[in-house]
Amino acid sequence: MRFVAIAVAAALVQPALAQDLRAPDQIAGADDAARSAALFVEMGKVLTHPRCLNCHPVTGGPTQGDDMRPHNPPMVRGEADFGPVGMNCTTCHGTENVSFATQPGSIPGHQPWSLAPVSMGWQGRSLAEICEQIKDPARNGGKDLEAIHDHNAADGLVGWGWNPGEGRAPAPGTQDIFGQLTRAWIDTGAACPG
Amino acid sequence: MTTLTINGTERTLDVDPDTPLLWVLRDELRLTGTKFGCGVAQCGACTVMMDGAPRRSCVTPVGMIDGADITTIEGMAGPEFDAIQTAWRALDVPQCGWCQSGQVMSATMLLQQLPAPSDDQIDEAMAGNACRCATYHRIRAAIHDAARTLEG
Repeated sequence: MRFVAIAVAAALVQPALAQDLRAPDQIAGADDAARSAALFVEMGKVLTHPRCLNCHPVTGGPTQGDDMRPHNPPMVRGEADFGPVGMNCTTCHGTENVSFATQPGSIPGHQPWSLAPVSMGWQGRSLAEICEQIKDPARNGGKDLEAIHDHNAADGLVGWGWNPGEGRAPAPGTQDIFGQLTRAWIDTGAACPG
Repeated sequence: MTTLTINGTERTLDVDPDTPLLWVLRDELRLTGTKFGCGVAQCGACTVMMDGAPRRSCVTPVGMIDGADITTIEGMAGPEFDAIQTAWRALDVPQCGWCQSGQVMSATMLLQQLPAPSDDQIDEAMAGNACRCATYHRIRAAIHDAARTLEG
């Protein structure tokens, strides 16, 4: 049973660490659809990085760290994706990253700071599943493809992934390249990997 | 310069903007009811109210919160706080007491937002307040007790 569980886990998305992010002109495909899917795979290096996945849980509360361990202190999602009544995300997380005063490291922060809604949970999902999820307005907060591009290219909380504060590895590449990849993915048909 | 309202009084602070609020409270203003526990937002001993919501003051540089309204344990008042204080005394909640200022702040906020919390709701809301004496069972009982008092 244990081996089955490990095999299943290996088939699902694993956190992406220490990978460079290629620009769209470095990504080829036999045709538009194939290139589009390849572009999304490249975007997946960001989407499945712990800086993004930690706040895109499917069940329960956030995870933390590059090993995506459960958040400490224990934290539940809450009705507003903002923690339980009486202890919100902003009880600890401020409007910007804050270095600890007494030891190395920092607590991450941004305005706003919250979990992604359950419908946008990605942890444990395949890249193909994430792709379909991202394109589905019923699950992506009503966004069309242009809104998805704007979100990826310019949203501040997305951008935090490349500015995570002392003690955290940033997401691969830059938000600018991530935005370019999203643009190219849309322009080639927004295809999903198989 | 940073300006904060602390326990109802406006204070203009000539400190490095990176200075944690906890340092300002304890070292500059001598409001020592708020405790240093871990310095990394893991224990809750430094909890204060900021603009009406709990906030860990050890990870709150004053330059980040210019203009904020801060209430420390010394400035707390109101029916929920009174009920929590009464219950804390009645059940002898504290042991060493170091974490209790933060516990009281969080418990008061919980009752302000949720007048009759369940065990699970108490545990979720108080999960960020550690107690090395493990008074958790009395904390939970005292919150229930305070809630019953408030119900009348």
